[in-house]
Order: sequence, then C-alpha cells, then structure tokens
Amino acid sequence: MTETKSRRASWLALLLILLFWAAVILLDQIIKPTDKLYMLLTVLQKGSVYALAAVSMNLLNGYTGLFSLGHAGFMLVGAYTYAIFTIPSTARDTVYQYYNAAIRVSFPEIFSGALGGFGTVLGVALAVILAGLMAAILAYLIGLPVLRLKSDYLAIATLGFAEIVRAVFQWSKLGPITNGSNLLKSFARTSTFKLSIGEMSISLSTFVPVLIATLSITVIVLIVNSTYGRAFKAIRDDEVAAEAMGINLARHKMLSFVTSSFFAGVAGATMAMVLSIAQANNFKSAMTYEILLMVVLGGIGSISGSVMGSMLFVAASEWWLRGLDSGRFLGINAPGVFRNGFRLVVFSVVIMIVVLFFRKGIMGERELPDLFRKRKKPAVKEATE
Amino acid sequence: MLKIHDLHVSYGGIKALRGIDLEVPDGKIVTLIGANGAGKSTTLRTISGLVKAESGSVTYNGVELLGQPIYKILEMGIAMVPEGRRVFANLSVLENLKIGAYLRKDRNEIETDLKWVYSLFPRLEERSWQLAGTLSGGEQQMLAVGRALMSRPKLMMMDEPSLGLAPLVVKGIFEIIKEINRQGVTVLLIEQNANMALKTADIGYVLETGQITLTGSGQELLTNEAVKKAYLGE
Repeated sequence: MTETKSRRASWLALLLILLFWAAVILLDQIIKPTDKLYMLLTVLQKGSVYALAAVSMNLLNGYTGLFSLGHAGFMLVGAYTYAIFTIPSTARDTVYQYYNAAIRVSFPEIFSGALGGFGTVLGVALAVILAGLMAAILAYLIGLPVLRLKSDYLAIATLGFAEIVRAVFQWSKLGPITNGSNLLKSFARTSTFKLSIGEMSISLSTFVPVLIATLSITVIVLIVNSTYGRAFKAIRDDEVAAEAMGINLARHKMLSFVTSSFFAGVAGATMAMVLSIAQANNFKSAMTYEILLMVVLGGIGSISGSVMGSMLFVAASEWWLRGLDSGRFLGINAPGVFRNGFRLVVFSVVIMIVVLFFRKGIMGERELPDLFRKRKKPAVKEATE
Repeated sequence: MLKIHDLHVSYGGIKALRGIDLEVPDGKIVTLIGANGAGKSTTLRTISGLVKAESGSVTYNGVELLGQPIYKILEMGIAMVPEGRRVFANLSVLENLKIGAYLRKDRNEIETDLKWVYSLFPRLEERSWQLAGTLSGGEQQMLAVGRALMSRPKLMMMDEPSLGLAPLVVKGIFEIIKEINRQGVTVLLIEQNANMALKTADIGYVLETGQITLTGSGQELLTNEAVKKAYLGE
C-alpha cells in the first residue's frame, strides 16, 4: 500500500468515528425511555463495554496466541478501583454501612472543587485510567509465574486466578476497602454526564461508554498494526521461529498480557459506570466465557469481528430474543412454550449453528475494510518453469 | 570467523554432542553432514543460543557466544534458517520479511535489503501480500531464507533447506545458496542430501553420534570411500 493511500484510509476512519459519535449523541436525545427503541441505547452502552472487553481479550488470545481465561478477574479489579475512587464523600458512609471506609478519596470531588464541571470529568477519566493500571499491575504480578505455562495450562491457571480475585474481594476482612460482599454504588454513572448549553441539556449517558470504547479500541488497533503487533502474531504462529528472529518471548508475552489486562480493567470500570453498581459476584467465570464466545463468534484475530460479535451478542440476548421469555415472539403468542429460560435454549441453538457453519466466525481473520477492498487479481499466471 | 572448541551438549541425560571442534572461515560455505540424530541440528541450535551447552566454547571473531541471549547473537550477524522452514503461516510474505529485520532500527537500510531479497527471489515480490501458509514448499523455503537475510547476517546457518522439496526445487535452492555466498555471506549448511551439500561446499564435516569423524574439502569427501558408503549410497 502506498503512503498516501494509507493516510487517506486513516482520515476516512477518523471521519467515520466522528460521524458515529455524532449519531450516538443524537440518538440519545431523540429516543425517550418509554420508546420501544430505547433498547437500542441499552445495547449500545452494554455492547461497547463488551466490545472493549472482547477486543482486549482478542489481543491476547487471538493475536498473541495466549489462551487466557482470567478476563473477568481483571474487569472486576477495574470496576472496583473505579467505584472506590469515585464514590462521593457524602454517600460513602451509607455505601459502607457495615464497615468503616478506609479509602476516603474521591477523584471527581477533588478536581471539581477547583475546576468545576471539567474537574468532574477529569476525575472520572483519572479513575478509569487508574482502574486500567491496577488491572495491569496485577497482570504483571500474575504473569511472572503464569506466562511460563502453555495453552490449556495457562487457561486453567488464569481461570483459577480470576476466581481467587473474586473471593478475595468478597472477603470480610477487606471490607473497609471493598465493602465485603455488599455492592458499591452511588458513584459517578453514565447518566451523570450532561452537557449544558444555556437552557439546553444534552444527555451523554450513551456517548460516554461509546467514547471510552472507541478510544481504547483505536489504541489497540494501533498496537496490533505496529512492530509489536507483528511480533505478537509471529509468536502466535511459531514460537521457536519467533525466538530465532530475535523476539524476546517472555517480554512480549508479558507486554501483551499487561496491555490486554489494562483494557480489561478499563472495560470493567466502564461496566460499573453503565450498570451504576459494582459487585464481585457479577464477575464470575461465566462472564469470561461470554466474552470468549463473542471473540469466537466475531472471528479470532479480527478486531472488527470482535466488535460485531459483541454488539450482536448483546442485542440478541438483551433485546431481539427477549420475547422468547415473555410469551410473545415474532407475533406468535405461546405463553406455554415462550417462558422464562426458553430464550437461553434458542440462544444456544443459534450459537451452535454459527459455530458449525461459520467455523472461523463472522469475519475470520479479515477486518471490516478488507470487505470493501477490491480483491487483488493473482499476480501473473504461473510462469513456465 | 566462527570457531567451536570441545563442545558438549546434552538433553536430560542423553549426550547429543561429545566434544566437537569445528571452524567456519569467513566467506566460505561449510557443510555438516550426518545421519539423523548425529547432532547436526543441535550444533546449529547451540550456536544460535536456542540450546544451552554443557561445556566447551563457541567464539565468533573472538567473542564467546555461549551464554549470550539469542538476540545478542543475532545482532552480531549470525542468522538461522530453521529446520522445516517455520514461516509465520498467518502473516503475509512482506510481514514475514519484516519480522526478519525485527532487531534493526535503520528504516532506509531495511528498504534496501528488502529490494535485495526481492531481487534474489522475484517470486516473493509477486506474492508479497499472500499469506505465507498458502505458499508452496519451495516458496516457503525461499521465504525462510529471505527472512534470515533481512537481518543482514554475516554468517547464515541453514538447517536442512532441502527437506521435503522436489529435486528440481532443491537444485534452485542450492543455486541461491551459492549466489548469497558470492555476495559475501558466509554459510554454514546442514544437510542429509550429502551429495548436493558436498558439491556446493568448500569445506565439509561428517558428524556421527555427536562426534566429528571426518573433515576435508567438499571434493575430498565426495570421493572418500567411507562417505560414499555411508551417505552417497554407492
């Protein structure tokens, strides 16, 4: 590809992102909570959280070939870090009703004192970044022993680690920090964010998670396309050959693991923001499997695939297939069949069909732009040998 | 110049190399022939740092290589074409070549070397966007050689480049080896195809169960009775 061509592609991508942002903000104003289409906003919010989680998992599982199942653990750390550091001081004692809260810092409050509304945003942004950092630090410590393992063994070790994290966060001795097995709430939620211009107030509750997800995913795309990304893919394809090319295996595996966990932490923080609660019990290994499923559905080794997979997954489970649980689906009234739990049955069948007939996922290893690119004609017919 | 002195290597309790001495003079093609399990690959892997030695020394222009990390050895100008090609199947041909230059920071020079590799293997340029896994065996071998050349080595070690290739393709590969050598790269070649290897090489070593049993110029070994009997099937 020529230099100018790739530059034009980047501008186009930037333009599309801006248009998408504008559309999201607009939808947020038009659609009222009573509308049927309100589900679209929920799907966009939750979908972007899961999309970020899936893309960060894909960086590790799809691009570096390290099969890790600890994602929910890192998201939990992110969610709690975010929640703890954004609970306002007035609400803290009601949230920690059984414990004496140990951490009495609230980033948005610190900065809003001096900078007003902008300070609140800055404080929230810092808390999100801190959430990522905490997850990354934990990943580094876990990675030292665990990254020596290969394939299934790594999966088992990381899965076990995620369960340990969940148990530790619910431990009553840590109550003053984590609030034990009780949930954390009252912190800065997505609906807190509004833009006031004169008398108009623009709700940003859908835009905020979408913004965080798009920014993070863009960074991951840049990483994947850099020399580091190429080294990750080389490790995935052939460790021995990669080592022979001078790629430091331990260092690059750690780099991929820490980066992936950082964004898992950010996804966890965003999830807390969207759900407006943080509770360790939500971050079970089932969540990791869900994310893994989105990655597989979208195509292992495709970032746009992971995004599509997550959006479709969330839309199907939260919206399109809802009717299967409440008695009415596609205009058919059958309360006897369509009752609680039937949705999951249909969902499992859909997934089986996808896995059977689209074995490489929706996208395989291609990215979205590849679909629009003209397929290259095979260069020159086989020369006579 | 690469010099190996009294090198011992073992895997667990099994001795793979029992004290070998070997020299690779600058600008020459040196070949190491021997049966399966004689320790040929172990020798190469020890030089490149993939396997740890038990005792002995491997020096390159006077610098001890044993105990150095792989990337340091690569930076000194020793590259390896691994056995069985081992190209990165899901990366394009171009990406494979760029990985070969992973340790280099000089962008313009890398471009020059890319053109050089393409001039050696025009086939690779035609297929630069194709995934390496979809190439034929011969093309993959070309890619493996090209990838090693991208680190701009002074000494290139090749582990059985003829493995699993048709005779005509093998001939082409050996032509390329000679061409690369003419352009100033020293080559250390491991082969089961003793006939081809000895015809190409300036110096040959015969390795048997971890020890060097014969040394001589390529021509000498070709006519040696013992070599003929054991490796050339006459």
